[in-house]
Amino acid sequence: MSILAVQSASPEPVEMPTSSAGRAHRMGVGAWIALGILVFFMLVALLGPLLISTDPASISLMDSFGPPQPGHPLGFDGQGRDLLARLVYGARSSMLGPILVVLISTVLGGTIALSAAWIGGAYDAVVARVIDALFAFPGLLLAILAVSLVGPGLLAASIALSIGYTPYVARIIRSAALQERSLPYVSALTVQGLGGTSIVLRHILPNVSGIIVAAATLSYGYALIDLAALSFIGLGVQPPASDWGVMVADGVPGLLQGYPQESLYASACIVLVVGAVNFLGDRLTETAEGGR
Amino acid sequence: MSLGRFLLGRLIALVVTLLLASLAVYGALYLAPGTPLSFLTRGRTVTPEELAAIKAQYHLDEGFLSQYGHWVAGVLHGDFGTSILGKAPVLSLLGGRAFNTFMLVAFASIIILIIGLTVGITAGLKRGWVDRTLMVGATGAMAVPAFVAAIVLVLIFAVNLHWFPVFGAGDSLGDRLYHLVLPGIALALASVAYVARLTRAAVRTEADSDHVQTAVSRGLPRGAVISRHVLRNAMIPIVTVAGLTIGSLIAGAVVIEQVFQLNGLGSYLVQAVGQKDFPVVQAIVLILVAVFIVLNTVVDVLYAVLDPRISAGRQSA
Amino acid sequence: MSALLEVDGLTVTLPVAGLQQPVLRDISFTLGQGEALGLVGESGSGKSMTARAIGRLLPPGAQCEGRISFDGDSVLELDGAGLRTYRTHGVAMIFQDPRASINPVRRVGDFLTEALVTNEGVKQDDANTRAAELLDAVGIDDPRRRMRQYPHQLSGGMLQRVMIAAALLINPRLILADEPTTALDVTTQAEVMAILDTLRRERGVSMLFITHDLELAAAVCDRTAVMYAGLLMEEQRSLKLDSDPLHPYTAALVQARPDISVTHERLLAIPGRPLSAFEAPPGCAFGPRCPHAEPACAQAVPPLLDVDTGRSRCRRLPELRGTMGAKSAGAGNG
Repeated sequence: MSILAVQSASPEPVEMPTSSAGRAHRMGVGAWIALGILVFFMLVALLGPLLISTDPASISLMDSFGPPQPGHPLGFDGQGRDLLARLVYGARSSMLGPILVVLISTVLGGTIALSAAWIGGAYDAVVARVIDALFAFPGLLLAILAVSLVGPGLLAASIALSIGYTPYVARIIRSAALQERSLPYVSALTVQGLGGTSIVLRHILPNVSGIIVAAATLSYGYALIDLAALSFIGLGVQPPASDWGVMVADGVPGLLQGYPQESLYASACIVLVVGAVNFLGDRLTETAEGGR
Repeated sequence: MSLGRFLLGRLIALVVTLLLASLAVYGALYLAPGTPLSFLTRGRTVTPEELAAIKAQYHLDEGFLSQYGHWVAGVLHGDFGTSILGKAPVLSLLGGRAFNTFMLVAFASIIILIIGLTVGITAGLKRGWVDRTLMVGATGAMAVPAFVAAIVLVLIFAVNLHWFPVFGAGDSLGDRLYHLVLPGIALALASVAYVARLTRAAVRTEADSDHVQTAVSRGLPRGAVISRHVLRNAMIPIVTVAGLTIGSLIAGAVVIEQVFQLNGLGSYLVQAVGQKDFPVVQAIVLILVAVFIVLNTVVDVLYAVLDPRISAGRQSA
Repeated sequence: MSALLEVDGLTVTLPVAGLQQPVLRDISFTLGQGEALGLVGESGSGKSMTARAIGRLLPPGAQCEGRISFDGDSVLELDGAGLRTYRTHGVAMIFQDPRASINPVRRVGDFLTEALVTNEGVKQDDANTRAAELLDAVGIDDPRRRMRQYPHQLSGGMLQRVMIAAALLINPRLILADEPTTALDVTTQAEVMAILDTLRRERGVSMLFITHDLELAAAVCDRTAVMYAGLLMEEQRSLKLDSDPLHPYTAALVQARPDISVTHERLLAIPGRPLSAFEAPPGCAFGPRCPHAEPACAQAVPPLLDVDTGRSRCRRLPELRGTMGAKSAGAGNG
């Protein structure tokens, strides 16, 4: 007489007072702050240049390393360029460049992962081996190789970086899709005669979308770092155009002379955005995995 | 699947991956705008003799596979071609630089293993404020790119405190290590944080697992439970993560060498890209990729040695 | 029969959403040397938590009140060497899922002998011999070969035998068996249960047997206690559960059993759903699902009263007794 035979006569869902409510509240605050930082910098990147009248490229050697003054709240760099204007214009390439990387690697990685998880067999085995072999391969190296082929700049580097990130994204999505695929409802849909493509697109994809968003968020942070690093070593955005990575590098001579502002401000922007993105990505991962 | 067969499989996969990677690195020449010849000589006036030399070096008169075959055969004999700019065999230009890079990566790896594992294990075993403090610190450190860490370290410890030199590689062995302190920490910082976080997660997962509860219920001393059950099992994912992280240092080293003017493979790579010296770029990228792939295989093998479920008996997911 | 284990007024609370919520309320029972007591209940009833409290394996943040006494020692106050001695020689636990409860990366032999070698300093060779003998006793062929294998190379049933052998190897006085056969398939369940039961009786080891299966508990244990929402609802000799249940909840469990000798139009179910201790209403926890409940039942938690054949927490027992048995009127048909 197993108690499992004791059926529940009231099937309505029950609110269980677990600790998740309290935790959701706590992580809510941090996530809101992180989201606020991200939105703020995105707005700066998109709208800032329209709102700021100072020319980020205007050189005035009189103001070299000049302190803040009215109209120039952050002061000047070694060439007397306005630091705030440089940061705001630099936000464009620094913030928007990584989006391209995320889009390409997610679409590419997602397609590979979902098709491998669905088709299975030898195809999946090969995909899994290739992903494993290339997993965590330094995308920065691919980007440098690409730059050596087509010259400095972010476009080719971003595309190369995307290819470098694809195995990382594909690996995460594949394992989530495989888990999802093994659930009974998928077999039920197959038995009902639904085609593979529509099961994958209408059922599996929506159910792994949380994981995909989390992986995309985290790879945005990595891409921002890698592209900034590329600009920092002089292979990405080319001076005099502004970019946070370029600014960190440009500021080094000043830093050695006791004027570290330019490097530090640009560094702070990078760390703030990446920190916020990582925090959000972690929470999204937890939520997506917790919901599985 | 026995361990022997597993190793053989991994070895074959290693060779295949290396071949594919070298094909990609070589084939990149054909992705460049223009013909390979015009690409290799771009931005320079070259004498007919030099042109002929480049053609001969790359076997540009032959088909692609034949060119690639010649190149791979050369690489296997240690012949990476001739630097277009330095007019010297590439290999001779790499030796000392490779050692500098190796020192940097090794130094950073030691920092990562010692500090990352210590922090991760401590946080994993000590719940409460110790854990929370360490993890907040690690999460913050993960957001700091190596080059940012580098300039902040230089500002604090070289410019302001004068404890360490700003640039350079040093001469004697001791001096070299001294010169590696700031670059090593800068290169390691984010990875220390990453390894610490994953170590903590792995330790926590094992500490909360049923089999550890069994061990506790049997009255085993805490030390034995931790070393034989918690850490022994957590080691499996930790080895993977630490190995992959050390692999990713290869790219980070490029940036760090640039900041600290360490004259390693990375800074030479950046210089060669700037000078359009493609044979050098090819050689360095290939070497770094190969090191990465070999490291990956070593990690795979270690994983199998540590986890009997992979190497012996039934396969598991 | 002198009591080996005495649990008296055990109340356990766990932190849930920042508040200490009760999971066990005022649990009291005794277990004699060599005796087996079944602890039956649905998931969430607190039966596993009771075993964990006795094994001192409560999750972090748990708070206990009351007394657990083992051979005169106060279990809840043990620490350091005392706690280790208690676990080394006093109790052994057998868990529900042997595959999860045995370290997957160490050999079966290591698992079996680890406690002997580490805690008692037995030589590895001697420990191996003793382990092999016990593996033989629990019905594992070629024990020496099995001891060199890893857990994933053994079936679930074999692993649970290994678990039983490991528990008996330390010559414990009490075995806490937490649903030891639930994770096994049906044919293996009976064999493993029989082995555990036989070896325990032979060696005179007491057992607290946790299960959701009233019938299995009745078959293996001298006495059975039924738990609901963190409370002990009744306790009596196993043989009488069926014919003379002392609580409407037990009666409902008996009714809910599908009887293959009778063709029912539909299976009887207990209306409502099982509650956790912290969800329980102020009065009798089973009140909302009880066909015999009256307004007075919801006033206060009824005390656990001694009856001639056992104990019961039903305040209407005197009037209901004899009408709740298996052959009597149904407990409602949901």
